[in-house]
Amino acid sequence: MSVDASTVRRIARLARIAVAEDEVDHLRGELNAILAFVEQLGEVNVEGVEPMTSVTPMAMKTRKDVVTDGGDPEAVMANAPKSEDDFYLVPKVIE
Amino acid sequence: MTTSKLIKGATGDWEVVIGMEVHAQVTSKSKLFSGASTEFGGAPNSHVSLVDAAMPGMLPVINEECVRQAVRTGLGLKAKINLRSVFDRKNYFYPDLPQGYQISQYKQPVVGEGEVVVDLDSGEAVSIGIERLHLEQDAGKSVHDRHPSMSAVDLNRSGVALMEIVSKPDLRSSEEAMAFLTKLRSILRYLGTCDGDMEKGSLRADVNVSVRRPGEPFGTRCEIKNMNSIRFIGQAIEHEARRQIEIIEDGGTIDQETRLFDPGKGETRSMRSKEEAHDYRYFPDPDLLPLELSEDMVGTLQAALPELPDEKKTRFIRELGLSAYDASHLVAERDTADYFEAVANGRDAKLAANWVINELNGRLNKDGHDIVSSPVSAAQLGGILDLIGDKTISGKIAKDLFEIIWTEGGDPREVVKARGMAQVTDLSAIGGIVDDLVAKNPDKVEQAKANPKAMMWFVGQVMKASGGKASPQAVNDLLKTKLGL
Repeated sequence: MSVDASTVRRIARLARIAVAEDEVDHLRGELNAILAFVEQLGEVNVEGVEPMTSVTPMAMKTRKDVVTDGGDPEAVMANAPKSEDDFYLVPKVIE
Repeated sequence: MTTSKLIKGATGDWEVVIGMEVHAQVTSKSKLFSGASTEFGGAPNSHVSLVDAAMPGMLPVINEECVRQAVRTGLGLKAKINLRSVFDRKNYFYPDLPQGYQISQYKQPVVGEGEVVVDLDSGEAVSIGIERLHLEQDAGKSVHDRHPSMSAVDLNRSGVALMEIVSKPDLRSSEEAMAFLTKLRSILRYLGTCDGDMEKGSLRADVNVSVRRPGEPFGTRCEIKNMNSIRFIGQAIEHEARRQIEIIEDGGTIDQETRLFDPGKGETRSMRSKEEAHDYRYFPDPDLLPLELSEDMVGTLQAALPELPDEKKTRFIRELGLSAYDASHLVAERDTADYFEAVANGRDAKLAANWVINELNGRLNKDGHDIVSSPVSAAQLGGILDLIGDKTISGKIAKDLFEIIWTEGGDPREVVKARGMAQVTDLSAIGGIVDDLVAKNPDKVEQAKANPKAMMWFVGQVMKASGGKASPQAVNDLLKTKLGL
Protein backbone atom coordinates (compact mmCIF):
# COMPACT_ATOMS: atom_id res chain seq x y z
CA MET A 1 0.00 0.00 0.00
CA SER A 2 1.39 3.37 -0.91
CA VAL A 3 0.05 6.87 -0.82
CA ASP A 4 0.16 9.29 -3.75
CA ALA A 5 -0.08 13.08 -3.74
CA SER A 6 -3.83 13.20 -4.35
CA THR A 7 -4.45 10.82 -1.41
CA VAL A 8 -2.41 13.12 0.83
CA ARG A 9 -4.57 16.09 -0.20
CA ARG A 10 -7.73 14.07 0.38
CA ILE A 11 -6.70 12.89 3.86
CA ALA A 12 -5.75 16.44 4.80
CA ARG A 13 -9.08 17.71 3.55
CA LEU A 14 -11.05 15.03 5.49
CA ALA A 15 -9.12 15.95 8.64
CA ARG A 16 -9.59 19.70 7.95
CA ILE A 17 -5.85 20.27 8.03
CA ALA A 18 -4.55 22.94 5.67
CA VAL A 19 -1.65 21.53 3.69
CA ALA A 20 0.29 23.81 1.39
CA GLU A 21 1.15 22.41 -2.03
CA ASP A 22 4.88 22.39 -1.30
CA GLU A 23 4.31 20.22 1.78
CA VAL A 24 2.49 17.45 -0.09
CA ASP A 25 5.51 15.59 -1.35
CA HIS A 26 7.23 15.62 2.03
CA LEU A 27 4.05 14.34 3.76
CA ARG A 28 3.61 11.66 1.12
CA GLY A 29 7.04 10.35 2.00
CA GLU A 30 6.33 10.41 5.75
CA LEU A 31 2.97 8.68 5.39
CA ASN A 32 4.47 5.98 3.22
CA ALA A 33 7.23 5.42 5.77
CA ILE A 34 4.63 5.02 8.54
CA LEU A 35 2.56 2.64 6.41
CA ALA A 36 5.63 0.56 5.58
CA PHE A 37 6.39 0.31 9.28
CA VAL A 38 2.84 -0.79 10.12
CA GLU A 39 2.86 -3.25 7.26
CA GLN A 40 5.50 -5.30 9.05
CA LEU A 41 2.67 -6.45 11.33
CA GLY A 42 1.31 -8.31 8.33
CA GLU A 43 4.15 -10.80 8.76
CA VAL A 44 2.63 -12.11 12.00
CA ASN A 45 0.23 -15.01 11.60
CA VAL A 46 -2.95 -14.09 13.51
CA GLU A 47 -5.12 -16.89 12.09
CA GLY A 48 -7.85 -17.66 14.64
CA VAL A 49 -6.72 -14.99 17.13
CA GLU A 50 -9.50 -12.75 18.51
CA PRO A 51 -8.78 -9.03 18.16
CA MET A 52 -7.68 -7.74 21.57
CA THR A 53 -9.82 -4.91 22.95
CA SER A 54 -8.32 -4.63 26.40
CA VAL A 55 -5.11 -5.69 28.07
CA THR A 56 -6.96 -6.94 31.11
CA PRO A 57 -10.09 -9.11 30.81
CA MET A 58 -12.84 -6.77 31.95
CA ALA A 59 -16.39 -5.88 31.04
CA MET A 60 -17.37 -2.40 29.93
CA LYS A 61 -18.35 -0.11 32.80
CA THR A 62 -21.93 1.15 32.71
CA ARG A 63 -23.90 3.99 34.32
CA LYS A 64 -27.37 4.09 35.82
CA ASP A 65 -29.86 6.25 33.94
CA VAL A 66 -29.81 9.29 36.20
CA VAL A 67 -29.13 12.94 35.47
CA THR A 68 -25.88 13.84 37.24
CA ASP A 69 -24.44 16.50 34.96
CA GLY A 70 -25.26 19.57 32.87
CA GLY A 71 -26.96 22.77 33.98
CA ASP A 72 -23.73 24.76 33.76
CA PRO A 73 -23.65 26.47 30.36
CA GLU A 74 -20.94 28.85 31.60
CA ALA A 75 -18.49 25.99 32.14
CA VAL A 76 -19.40 24.52 28.76
CA MET A 77 -18.92 27.87 27.01
CA ALA A 78 -15.79 28.91 28.94
CA ASN A 79 -13.36 28.26 26.10
CA ALA A 80 -15.61 29.28 23.22
CA PRO A 81 -13.84 31.88 21.01
CA LYS A 82 -17.24 33.40 20.26
CA SER A 83 -20.62 32.99 21.90
CA GLU A 84 -23.94 34.75 22.32
CA ASP A 85 -26.78 33.99 24.75
CA ASP A 86 -25.12 30.67 25.63
CA PHE A 87 -24.92 29.59 22.01
CA TYR A 88 -21.55 28.87 20.42
CA LEU A 89 -21.03 31.08 17.39
CA VAL A 90 -19.28 29.54 14.40
CA PRO A 91 -18.72 30.68 10.81
CA LYS A 92 -22.01 30.45 8.94
CA VAL A 93 -22.77 26.93 7.72
CA ILE A 94 -25.52 26.56 5.18
CA GLU A 95 -26.32 23.16 3.76
CA MET B 1 -47.51 -8.64 -5.51
CA THR B 2 -50.66 -7.02 -6.83
CA THR B 3 -50.47 -4.99 -10.01
CA SER B 4 -52.09 -1.97 -8.34
CA LYS B 5 -48.76 -1.15 -6.66
CA LEU B 6 -47.08 -0.63 -10.03
CA ILE B 7 -46.68 2.82 -11.49
CA LYS B 8 -47.65 3.35 -15.12
CA GLY B 9 -45.00 5.05 -17.19
CA ALA B 10 -45.08 6.09 -20.84
CA THR B 11 -43.36 2.85 -21.85
CA GLY B 12 -44.98 0.38 -19.43
CA ASP B 13 -45.20 -0.47 -15.74
CA TRP B 14 -42.59 0.34 -13.13
CA GLU B 15 -42.08 -0.95 -9.62
CA VAL B 16 -40.83 1.33 -6.87
CA VAL B 17 -38.44 -0.16 -4.31
CA ILE B 18 -38.10 1.56 -0.93
CA GLY B 19 -35.93 1.01 2.11
CA MET B 20 -35.82 3.15 5.24
CA GLU B 21 -33.34 4.21 7.89
CA VAL B 22 -35.29 5.38 10.89
CA HIS B 23 -33.69 7.39 13.68
CA ALA B 24 -35.61 6.92 16.90
CA GLN B 25 -34.63 8.84 20.02
CA VAL B 26 -34.28 6.44 22.93
CA THR B 27 -36.53 7.25 25.88
CA SER B 28 -34.12 7.79 28.78
CA LYS B 29 -33.48 10.42 31.41
CA SER B 30 -29.80 10.94 30.66
CA LYS B 31 -27.63 10.72 27.56
CA LEU B 32 -26.01 7.66 25.99
CA PHE B 33 -22.52 8.35 27.33
CA SER B 34 -22.96 11.20 29.84
CA GLY B 35 -25.11 12.16 32.82
CA ALA B 36 -26.64 15.25 31.17
CA SER B 37 -30.41 15.43 30.79
CA THR B 38 -32.19 14.47 27.56
CA GLU B 39 -35.13 16.76 28.27
CA PHE B 40 -36.50 18.57 25.20
CA GLY B 41 -36.46 22.34 24.93
CA GLY B 42 -34.01 23.41 27.65
CA ALA B 43 -32.16 26.73 27.54
CA PRO B 44 -29.23 26.63 25.09
CA ASN B 45 -26.32 24.44 26.25
CA SER B 46 -27.97 23.80 29.62
CA HIS B 47 -28.17 20.01 29.14
CA VAL B 48 -24.55 19.56 28.24
CA SER B 49 -21.77 17.84 30.13
CA LEU B 50 -18.11 18.27 29.28
CA VAL B 51 -18.33 14.83 27.64
CA ASP B 52 -21.04 16.06 25.26
CA ALA B 53 -18.97 19.17 24.50
CA ALA B 54 -16.02 16.86 23.72
CA MET B 55 -13.59 18.55 26.05
CA PRO B 56 -10.15 16.92 25.95
CA GLY B 57 -9.75 13.98 28.30
CA MET B 58 -13.45 13.35 28.80
CA LEU B 59 -14.40 9.68 28.53
CA PRO B 60 -17.76 8.16 27.59
CA VAL B 61 -19.51 5.77 30.02
CA ILE B 62 -22.50 3.94 28.62
CA ASN B 63 -26.03 4.35 30.04
CA GLU B 64 -27.28 0.83 30.85
CA GLU B 65 -30.93 1.84 30.36
CA CYS B 66 -30.26 2.95 26.77
CA VAL B 67 -28.83 -0.51 26.11
CA ARG B 68 -31.91 -2.16 27.63
CA GLN B 69 -34.15 0.07 25.51
CA ALA B 70 -32.33 -1.02 22.35
CA VAL B 71 -32.65 -4.68 23.33
CA ARG B 72 -36.37 -4.27 24.15
CA THR B 73 -36.87 -2.68 20.74
CA GLY B 74 -34.99 -5.53 19.08
CA LEU B 75 -37.18 -8.05 20.86
CA GLY B 76 -40.30 -6.12 19.83
CA LEU B 77 -39.10 -6.31 16.23
CA LYS B 78 -38.65 -10.09 16.65
CA ALA B 79 -35.00 -9.57 15.89
CA LYS B 80 -31.80 -11.34 16.73
CA ILE B 81 -30.06 -9.79 19.75
CA ASN B 82 -26.28 -9.76 19.39
CA LEU B 83 -24.75 -10.59 22.75
CA ARG B 84 -21.55 -8.91 21.66
CA SER B 85 -21.53 -5.62 19.77
CA VAL B 86 -18.96 -2.92 19.17
CA PHE B 87 -18.98 0.87 19.16
CA ASP B 88 -17.16 2.60 16.33
CA ARG B 89 -16.25 6.15 15.52
CA LYS B 90 -17.87 7.59 12.41
CA ASN B 91 -15.64 10.50 11.46
CA TYR B 92 -16.88 13.71 9.90
CA PHE B 93 -16.64 17.42 10.57
CA TYR B 94 -19.61 19.62 11.34
CA PRO B 95 -19.86 22.46 13.86
CA ASP B 96 -22.62 20.72 15.83
CA LEU B 97 -20.48 17.58 16.22
CA PRO B 98 -17.78 18.73 18.65
CA GLN B 99 -16.01 15.35 18.86
CA GLY B 100 -15.37 15.31 15.12
CA TYR B 101 -16.90 11.85 15.14
CA GLN B 102 -20.16 10.25 16.10
CA ILE B 103 -20.00 7.17 18.35
CA SER B 104 -22.07 4.61 16.46
CA GLN B 105 -22.07 0.90 15.68
CA TYR B 106 -20.88 -0.19 12.27
CA LYS B 107 -20.04 -3.82 11.60
CA GLN B 108 -21.36 -5.31 14.84
CA PRO B 109 -24.70 -3.71 15.81
CA VAL B 110 -26.52 -4.65 19.02
CA VAL B 111 -29.56 -5.95 17.08
CA GLY B 112 -29.60 -7.98 13.87
CA GLU B 113 -32.36 -9.12 11.52
CA GLY B 114 -36.04 -8.90 12.44
CA GLU B 115 -39.41 -8.13 10.89
CA VAL B 116 -42.45 -5.88 11.10
CA VAL B 117 -45.85 -7.04 9.86
CA VAL B 118 -47.68 -4.18 8.19
CA ASP B 119 -51.45 -4.14 7.63
CA LEU B 120 -52.58 -2.30 4.51
CA ASP B 121 -55.96 -0.65 3.90
CA SER B 122 -56.85 -3.44 1.50
CA GLY B 123 -56.71 -5.92 4.39
CA GLU B 124 -53.50 -7.40 2.99
CA ALA B 125 -50.62 -7.88 5.42
CA VAL B 126 -46.99 -7.63 4.27
CA SER B 127 -43.90 -8.61 6.22
CA ILE B 128 -41.10 -6.03 6.04
CA GLY B 129 -37.61 -7.19 6.96
CA ILE B 130 -35.48 -5.32 9.48
CA GLU B 131 -31.81 -5.37 8.56
CA ARG B 132 -30.39 -4.14 11.86
CA LEU B 133 -30.70 -1.74 14.77
CA HIS B 134 -27.78 0.05 16.33
CA LEU B 135 -27.17 2.62 19.06
CA GLU B 136 -25.54 5.95 18.29
CA GLN B 137 -25.23 9.53 19.49
CA ASP B 138 -27.32 12.40 18.23
CA ALA B 139 -25.53 15.60 17.16
CA GLY B 140 -26.17 19.12 18.39
CA LYS B 141 -28.32 21.69 16.63
CA SER B 142 -27.21 24.54 14.38
CA VAL B 143 -29.37 27.66 14.21
CA HIS B 144 -28.76 29.77 11.13
CA ASP B 145 -31.22 32.63 11.56
CA ARG B 146 -30.07 34.12 14.88
CA HIS B 147 -27.09 36.02 13.58
CA PRO B 148 -26.41 37.66 10.21
CA SER B 149 -22.99 36.17 9.58
CA MET B 150 -22.58 33.34 12.11
CA SER B 151 -24.31 30.06 12.87
CA ALA B 152 -25.30 29.39 16.48
CA VAL B 153 -24.72 25.95 17.99
CA ASP B 154 -26.69 24.38 20.85
CA LEU B 155 -25.34 21.06 22.13
CA ASN B 156 -28.38 20.04 24.23
CA ARG B 157 -29.11 17.17 21.86
CA SER B 158 -25.46 16.25 21.49
CA GLY B 159 -24.98 12.75 22.87
CA VAL B 160 -28.66 11.87 23.25
CA ALA B 161 -29.12 8.17 22.44
CA LEU B 162 -30.62 7.26 19.09
CA MET B 163 -31.58 3.91 17.67
CA GLU B 164 -30.99 3.69 13.95
CA ILE B 165 -33.39 1.07 12.62
CA VAL B 166 -32.70 -0.02 9.06
CA SER B 167 -35.32 -1.82 6.98
CA LYS B 168 -34.60 -4.14 4.11
CA PRO B 169 -35.61 -2.80 0.67
CA ASP B 170 -38.92 -4.66 1.01
CA LEU B 171 -41.35 -1.76 0.59
CA ARG B 172 -43.10 -1.49 -2.78
CA SER B 173 -45.31 1.61 -2.61
CA SER B 174 -45.68 4.91 -0.78
CA GLU B 175 -48.67 3.38 1.04
CA GLU B 176 -46.52 0.51 2.32
CA ALA B 177 -43.79 2.92 3.39
CA MET B 178 -46.24 5.09 5.34
CA ALA B 179 -47.91 2.03 6.91
CA PHE B 180 -44.49 0.64 7.86
CA LEU B 181 -43.42 3.79 9.68
CA THR B 182 -46.82 4.07 11.37
CA LYS B 183 -46.54 0.48 12.58
CA LEU B 184 -42.93 0.89 13.69
CA ARG B 185 -43.90 4.00 15.65
CA SER B 186 -46.77 2.12 17.25
CA ILE B 187 -44.44 -0.72 18.34
CA LEU B 188 -41.91 1.77 19.78
CA ARG B 189 -44.65 3.49 21.75
CA TYR B 190 -46.02 0.21 23.10
CA LEU B 191 -42.51 -0.72 24.18
CA GLY B 192 -41.95 2.72 25.70
CA THR B 193 -38.54 2.88 24.03
CA CYS B 194 -39.21 6.02 21.92
CA ASP B 195 -42.04 8.53 22.25
CA GLY B 196 -42.43 8.67 18.45
CA ASP B 197 -43.01 12.43 18.47
CA MET B 198 -42.10 13.38 14.90
CA GLU B 199 -42.71 17.10 15.41
CA LYS B 200 -40.05 17.22 18.11
CA GLY B 201 -37.73 15.14 15.95
CA SER B 202 -37.87 12.04 18.18
CA LEU B 203 -38.52 9.98 15.07
CA ARG B 204 -37.12 10.83 11.64
CA ALA B 205 -36.46 8.79 8.56
CA ASP B 206 -34.13 8.71 5.57
CA VAL B 207 -35.96 7.09 2.67
CA ASN B 208 -34.14 5.25 -0.13
CA VAL B 209 -36.10 5.14 -3.38
CA SER B 210 -35.34 3.40 -6.66
CA VAL B 211 -37.44 2.13 -9.59
CA ARG B 212 -37.19 -0.92 -11.84
CA ARG B 213 -39.18 -2.97 -14.31
CA PRO B 214 -41.00 -5.71 -12.37
CA GLY B 215 -38.71 -8.72 -11.96
CA GLU B 216 -35.51 -6.87 -12.88
CA PRO B 217 -32.57 -6.16 -10.52
CA PHE B 218 -32.70 -3.09 -8.26
CA GLY B 219 -32.16 0.28 -9.93
CA THR B 220 -29.88 3.07 -8.68
CA ARG B 221 -31.33 4.64 -5.53
CA CYS B 222 -31.63 8.16 -4.24
CA GLU B 223 -31.82 8.91 -0.55
CA ILE B 224 -34.35 11.45 0.70
CA LYS B 225 -32.94 12.76 3.97
CA ASN B 226 -34.44 13.74 7.26
CA MET B 227 -38.18 13.27 6.79
CA ASN B 228 -40.22 14.00 9.90
CA SER B 229 -43.79 13.56 8.66
CA ILE B 230 -45.43 10.35 7.51
CA ARG B 231 -47.64 12.22 5.07
CA PHE B 232 -44.65 13.99 3.50
CA ILE B 233 -42.85 10.67 3.18
CA GLY B 234 -45.75 9.44 1.03
CA GLN B 235 -45.62 12.57 -1.12
CA ALA B 236 -41.85 12.48 -1.44
CA ILE B 237 -41.84 8.84 -2.59
CA GLU B 238 -44.57 9.47 -5.17
CA HIS B 239 -42.69 12.43 -6.57
CA GLU B 240 -39.28 10.78 -6.49
CA ALA B 241 -40.49 7.58 -8.22
CA ARG B 242 -42.08 9.59 -11.04
CA ARG B 243 -38.99 11.76 -11.40
CA GLN B 244 -36.79 8.69 -11.78
CA ILE B 245 -39.19 7.00 -14.23
CA GLU B 246 -39.26 10.10 -16.43
CA ILE B 247 -35.47 10.31 -16.52
CA ILE B 248 -35.08 6.64 -17.45
CA GLU B 249 -37.86 6.72 -20.03
CA ASP B 250 -36.18 9.74 -21.63
CA GLY B 251 -33.03 7.66 -22.02
CA GLY B 252 -31.19 9.05 -19.00
CA THR B 253 -29.67 7.39 -15.96
CA ILE B 254 -30.18 7.99 -12.24
CA ASP B 255 -27.28 9.45 -10.25
CA GLN B 256 -26.98 8.04 -6.76
CA GLU B 257 -27.39 11.12 -4.58
CA THR B 258 -28.92 12.62 -1.48
CA ARG B 259 -32.08 14.66 -1.97
CA LEU B 260 -34.29 16.86 0.18
CA PHE B 261 -38.08 17.05 0.07
CA ASP B 262 -39.67 20.48 -0.23
CA PRO B 263 -43.18 20.19 1.27
CA GLY B 264 -44.23 23.56 -0.19
CA LYS B 265 -43.52 22.45 -3.75
CA GLY B 266 -44.23 18.77 -3.16
CA GLU B 267 -40.99 17.76 -4.85
CA THR B 268 -37.52 16.50 -4.07
CA ARG B 269 -34.37 18.36 -5.03
CA SER B 270 -30.72 17.48 -5.06
CA MET B 271 -28.82 18.36 -1.90
CA ARG B 272 -25.86 19.56 -3.89
CA SER B 273 -22.91 18.49 -1.87
CA LYS B 274 -19.80 20.43 -2.78
CA GLU B 275 -17.76 17.95 -0.85
CA GLU B 276 -16.43 14.69 -2.08
CA ALA B 277 -18.34 11.54 -1.30
CA HIS B 278 -18.51 10.82 2.43
CA ASP B 279 -15.66 8.81 3.77
CA TYR B 280 -16.42 8.16 7.41
CA ARG B 281 -13.24 6.16 8.16
CA TYR B 282 -15.00 4.01 10.75
CA PHE B 283 -12.83 2.36 13.37
CA PRO B 284 -13.58 0.80 16.79
CA ASP B 285 -13.77 3.47 19.50
CA PRO B 286 -10.74 2.90 21.73
CA ASP B 287 -12.56 4.60 24.63
CA LEU B 288 -15.20 1.85 24.80
CA LEU B 289 -14.94 -1.87 25.37
CA PRO B 290 -17.25 -4.18 23.41
CA LEU B 291 -20.85 -4.23 24.67
CA GLU B 292 -21.48 -7.68 26.10
CA LEU B 293 -24.93 -8.84 27.12
CA SER B 294 -25.91 -11.98 28.99
CA GLU B 295 -28.62 -14.41 27.91
CA ASP B 296 -30.17 -13.81 31.34
CA MET B 297 -30.45 -10.08 30.80
CA VAL B 298 -32.09 -10.55 27.40
CA GLY B 299 -34.42 -13.22 28.83
CA THR B 300 -35.50 -10.92 31.68
CA LEU B 301 -36.30 -8.12 29.23
CA GLN B 302 -38.17 -10.54 26.95
CA ALA B 303 -40.30 -11.77 29.87
CA ALA B 304 -41.20 -8.19 30.83
CA LEU B 305 -42.17 -7.11 27.33
CA PRO B 306 -45.71 -5.66 27.12
CA GLU B 307 -48.36 -7.11 24.84
CA LEU B 308 -47.60 -5.65 21.41
CA PRO B 309 -50.14 -4.43 18.81
CA ASP B 310 -50.15 -7.64 16.74
CA GLU B 311 -50.79 -9.85 19.77
CA LYS B 312 -53.39 -7.47 21.14
CA LYS B 313 -55.18 -7.42 17.81
CA THR B 314 -55.30 -11.22 17.68
CA ARG B 315 -56.69 -11.34 21.21
CA PHE B 316 -59.35 -8.71 20.45
CA ILE B 317 -60.49 -10.74 17.44
CA ARG B 318 -60.37 -14.17 19.10
CA GLU B 319 -61.52 -13.41 22.60
CA LEU B 320 -63.69 -10.33 22.19
CA GLY B 321 -65.15 -11.18 18.78
CA LEU B 322 -64.15 -7.89 17.15
CA SER B 323 -63.73 -7.53 13.39
CA ALA B 324 -60.16 -7.35 12.08
CA TYR B 325 -60.85 -3.76 10.99
CA ASP B 326 -62.07 -2.63 14.42
CA ALA B 327 -59.27 -4.49 16.18
CA SER B 328 -56.59 -2.86 13.96
CA HIS B 329 -58.08 0.53 14.64
CA LEU B 330 -58.15 0.05 18.40
CA VAL B 331 -54.63 -1.35 18.81
CA ALA B 332 -52.83 1.25 16.67
CA GLU B 333 -52.24 3.43 19.74
CA ARG B 334 -51.63 1.87 23.12
CA ASP B 335 -53.66 4.61 24.86
CA THR B 336 -56.67 3.86 22.67
CA ALA B 337 -56.37 0.14 23.32
CA ASP B 338 -56.13 0.71 27.09
CA TYR B 339 -59.16 3.00 27.02
CA PHE B 340 -61.14 0.50 24.98
CA GLU B 341 -60.27 -2.35 27.31
CA ALA B 342 -61.38 -0.34 30.33
CA VAL B 343 -64.74 0.37 28.63
CA ALA B 344 -65.20 -3.17 27.32
CA ASN B 345 -64.37 -4.83 30.62
CA GLY B 346 -67.51 -6.73 31.69
CA ARG B 347 -69.55 -5.21 28.88
CA ASP B 348 -70.52 -5.88 25.25
CA ALA B 349 -67.12 -5.58 23.52
CA LYS B 350 -68.55 -4.88 20.07
CA LEU B 351 -70.74 -2.08 21.42
CA ALA B 352 -67.74 -0.68 23.29
CA ALA B 353 -65.62 -0.86 20.12
CA ASN B 354 -68.29 0.97 18.16
CA TRP B 355 -68.53 3.76 20.68
CA VAL B 356 -64.78 4.21 21.03
CA ILE B 357 -64.12 4.12 17.28
CA ASN B 358 -67.08 6.20 16.12
CA GLU B 359 -68.54 8.48 18.80
CA LEU B 360 -65.48 9.02 20.96
CA ASN B 361 -62.85 9.26 18.21
CA GLY B 362 -65.10 11.50 16.12
CA ARG B 363 -65.60 13.84 19.05
CA LEU B 364 -61.91 13.79 20.01
CA ASN B 365 -60.93 14.71 16.46
CA LYS B 366 -63.50 17.48 16.32
CA ASP B 367 -62.13 19.14 19.46
CA GLY B 368 -58.50 18.23 18.77
CA HIS B 369 -58.15 16.18 21.97
CA ASP B 370 -56.16 13.00 22.28
CA ILE B 371 -57.65 10.05 24.11
CA VAL B 372 -55.56 10.60 27.24
CA SER B 373 -57.15 14.03 27.74
CA SER B 374 -60.65 12.87 26.77
CA PRO B 375 -63.31 14.78 28.74
CA VAL B 376 -65.34 11.54 28.85
CA SER B 377 -63.41 8.96 30.86
CA ALA B 378 -63.51 5.25 30.16
CA ALA B 379 -65.57 4.81 33.35
CA GLN B 380 -68.10 7.42 32.20
CA LEU B 381 -68.42 5.89 28.73
CA GLY B 382 -68.82 2.50 30.39
CA GLY B 383 -71.63 4.01 32.48
CA ILE B 384 -73.39 5.21 29.32
CA LEU B 385 -73.11 1.73 27.80
CA ASP B 386 -74.56 0.20 30.99
CA LEU B 387 -77.62 2.44 30.59
CA ILE B 388 -78.04 1.22 27.00
CA GLY B 389 -77.51 -2.36 28.18
CA ASP B 390 -80.26 -2.26 30.80
CA LYS B 391 -82.56 -0.42 28.36
CA THR B 392 -82.74 2.71 30.54
CA ILE B 393 -81.93 4.79 27.46
CA SER B 394 -82.02 4.18 23.71
CA GLY B 395 -78.93 4.40 21.48
CA LYS B 396 -80.09 7.77 20.24
CA ILE B 397 -80.53 9.25 23.70
CA ALA B 398 -77.15 7.78 24.59
CA LYS B 399 -75.57 10.08 22.01
CA ASP B 400 -77.24 13.10 23.63
CA LEU B 401 -76.10 11.87 27.01
CA PHE B 402 -72.56 11.46 25.71
CA GLU B 403 -72.57 15.08 24.57
CA ILE B 404 -73.79 16.24 27.99
CA ILE B 405 -71.12 14.24 29.80
CA TRP B 406 -68.51 15.58 27.31
CA THR B 407 -69.33 19.23 28.03
CA GLU B 408 -70.59 19.10 31.62
CA GLY B 409 -69.19 15.90 33.09
CA GLY B 410 -70.97 13.92 35.80
CA ASP B 411 -72.18 10.41 36.46
CA PRO B 412 -74.22 9.18 33.49
CA ARG B 413 -76.91 7.48 35.59
CA GLU B 414 -77.36 10.57 37.77
CA VAL B 415 -77.59 12.81 34.72
CA VAL B 416 -80.26 10.59 33.16
CA LYS B 417 -82.25 10.66 36.41
CA ALA B 418 -81.89 14.38 36.97
CA ARG B 419 -82.90 15.28 33.41
CA GLY B 420 -85.65 12.71 32.95
CA MET B 421 -83.88 11.13 29.98
CA ALA B 422 -84.86 7.53 30.73
CA GLN B 423 -86.83 6.01 27.92
CA VAL B 424 -90.55 5.63 28.31
CA THR B 425 -91.69 2.04 28.16
CA ASP B 426 -95.00 2.83 29.86
CA LEU B 427 -97.52 2.51 27.03
CA SER B 428 -100.20 4.62 28.71
CA ALA B 429 -97.95 7.66 28.39
CA ILE B 430 -97.62 7.31 24.63
CA GLY B 431 -101.00 5.74 23.95
CA GLY B 432 -102.69 9.16 23.70
CA ILE B 433 -100.16 10.36 21.14
CA VAL B 434 -100.72 7.27 19.00
CA ASP B 435 -104.51 7.55 19.14
CA ASP B 436 -104.30 11.19 18.11
CA LEU B 437 -102.00 10.41 15.14
CA VAL B 438 -104.22 7.56 13.94
CA ALA B 439 -107.34 9.72 14.09
CA LYS B 440 -105.78 12.66 12.21
CA ASN B 441 -104.06 10.69 9.45
CA PRO B 442 -106.44 8.18 7.90
CA ASP B 443 -104.45 8.18 4.64
CA LYS B 444 -101.26 7.14 6.42
CA VAL B 445 -103.21 4.43 8.21
CA GLU B 446 -104.37 3.04 4.85
CA GLN B 447 -100.79 3.13 3.52
CA ALA B 448 -99.50 1.29 6.57
CA LYS B 449 -102.15 -1.37 6.19
CA ALA B 450 -101.20 -1.84 2.52
CA ASN B 451 -97.48 -1.79 3.22
CA PRO B 452 -96.29 -2.36 6.82
CA LYS B 453 -93.10 -0.44 6.04
CA ALA B 454 -95.18 2.74 5.93
CA MET B 455 -95.72 2.29 9.65
CA MET B 456 -92.27 3.84 10.10
CA TRP B 457 -93.85 7.25 9.55
CA PHE B 458 -95.91 6.72 12.71
CA VAL B 459 -92.88 5.49 14.63
CA GLY B 460 -91.05 8.64 13.66
CA GLN B 461 -93.89 10.88 14.72
CA VAL B 462 -94.29 9.18 18.08
CA MET B 463 -90.56 9.34 18.76
CA LYS B 464 -90.57 13.02 17.91
CA ALA B 465 -93.57 13.74 20.12
CA SER B 466 -91.93 11.91 23.04
CA GLY B 467 -88.72 13.82 22.64
CA GLY B 468 -86.93 10.63 21.61
CA LYS B 469 -87.52 9.05 24.99
CA ALA B 470 -90.12 6.47 23.93
CA SER B 471 -88.72 2.97 23.68
CA PRO B 472 -88.68 2.15 19.92
CA GLN B 473 -89.66 -1.44 20.68
CA ALA B 474 -92.64 -0.38 22.80
CA VAL B 475 -93.78 2.09 20.14
CA ASN B 476 -93.57 -0.58 17.44
CA ASP B 477 -95.63 -3.04 19.47
CA LEU B 478 -98.26 -0.46 20.33
CA LEU B 479 -98.61 0.75 16.74
CA LYS B 480 -99.03 -2.77 15.43
CA THR B 481 -101.91 -3.30 17.85
CA LYS B 482 -103.56 0.04 17.15
CA LEU B 483 -103.25 -0.28 13.37
CA GLY B 484 -104.30 -3.90 13.44
CA LEU B 485 -101.15 -5.12 11.63
